[in-house]
Amino acid sequence: MPVRVIIPTPLRQYTGRKEFVEVEAKNVAEALANLTAQYGDLRRHLYTDDGKLRSFVNIYLGEEDIRYLQKDQTPLHDQDELSIVPSIAGGTKLRCICR
Amino acid sequence: MATLTATPTTVQLSKDEILRYSRHLIMPEVGMEGQLKLKAAKVLCVGTGGLGSPLALYLAAAGIGKLGIVDFDVVDFTNLQRQVIHGTSDVGRPKLHSARETIQEINPNVEVATYETRLTSENALDIIREYDIVADGTDNFPTRYLVNDACVLLGKPNVYGSIFRFEGQASVFYAKEGPCYRCLYPEPPPPGLVPSCAEGGVLGVLPGIIGCIQALQTIKLVLGKGQTLVGRLLLFDALNLKFRELKLRKNPECSICGADPTITELIDYEEFCGIRGEEHVTPSKVPEITPLEVKKMEDEQRPFVLIDVREPHEFQICRIPGSKLIPLGEVPRRMHELNSADDIVVHCRSGMRSAQAVEFLMKSGFRKIHNLKGGILAWSDEVDPSVPKY
Ligand SMILES: [Zn+2]
Repeated sequence: MPVRVIIPTPLRQYTGRKEFVEVEAKNVAEALANLTAQYGDLRRHLYTDDGKLRSFVNIYLGEEDIRYLQKDQTPLHDQDELSIVPSIAGGTKLRCICR
Repeated sequence: MATLTATPTTVQLSKDEILRYSRHLIMPEVGMEGQLKLKAAKVLCVGTGGLGSPLALYLAAAGIGKLGIVDFDVVDFTNLQRQVIHGTSDVGRPKLHSARETIQEINPNVEVATYETRLTSENALDIIREYDIVADGTDNFPTRYLVNDACVLLGKPNVYGSIFRFEGQASVFYAKEGPCYRCLYPEPPPPGLVPSCAEGGVLGVLPGIIGCIQALQTIKLVLGKGQTLVGRLLLFDALNLKFRELKLRKNPECSICGADPTITELIDYEEFCGIRGEEHVTPSKVPEITPLEVKKMEDEQRPFVLIDVREPHEFQICRIPGSKLIPLGEVPRRMHELNSADDIVVHCRSGMRSAQAVEFLMKSGFRKIHNLKGGILAWSDEVDPSVPKY
């Protein structure tokens, strides 16, 4: 069952500039696993070293935050749309590692 | 939606103001009652940059009674592409001065209070307490968490906007009625995972759009009309011109607005965001060389390889003659193009990305390698002023 994962602007550099990626998956965990299998550099931006989803990254199924569904066990259906929504801050010079 | 300000009985509109606000007054959603609410309202705008400019301009034009503005920056040329409250003749002046002048030119009826300071844990509560609504136009993590926490502690709505390149977010965080920013994102990204400047940049009109959405939210909160973005996150994709909306929920375990909060007073936000120290550590860890020393090597015809680790689109803006472009992200797989027997100088725009490249290459066994101190900006200042700065 293909689902579409929408990639936010800051992470598109790790998906070859793709705005969305289609993956086969039964649930959210599987979708993200398949996504990071295809685009390995995404992994450390989505997960901590011990495999937890990072606290500045939220995953939405449609318009619902998966934290309030069944987290990464949230089942997916054909044509579902997952969004990765990280915190952004464009006005910052402070945070930028290269100024 | 609950109205923030009761219908004021003490304020009135002058004949001039009635004329000025006539397009508001003749629409029932605003009317005399709404316009008086706007006049009685006190709004704090944090920052007068890309988001803060349109925000303050439209709030002033709409007739907000008291507008507080916080900024400590000085106008520079790179601001003018999007910070429309400042003009070319303002370059070099404090932003607060030009912002105040522009606001008063647009609407002399607005009382402007200026705070020429960085918003900090020490002053935030005292400044914000005076106001009904806070609109954060700074778009950086420490200020965002500071404004969020101060607003939760004081029970004020926080009108949020953020931009990145051609994507924007907007919401209203109001812990009394819905989630706060920490409910959405408990913690900021660690510094190493923040996209670099090369990935930064912003389409000038984008903060205009998001800042105007913030102004609209603010005005609706004052009027108590329509649906605000409380509990909703608006995502805007300027490239495809698409708006999307996500549901935000109050996190019962939120560290500041949850049932059992662990944050009960303001904290050190730079430390919380992992900034302290990081800026100073990275560039000084690696061997450095100054632009003048490199120029001397050139003049004495001593052989060396100059590597530019910026992005190709930056290389098109300006370059140091004789440099070879290997963008930072490509350094690991193109390392074989370099010879560790050569003297190598690495540069970027200001010296931070190249410090990372030098650090990486040293770990890979390169020894005769230096980071150009201050990058191409310093090269322009100290060696060749014909190289444009950006
Ligand atoms: Zn909260």
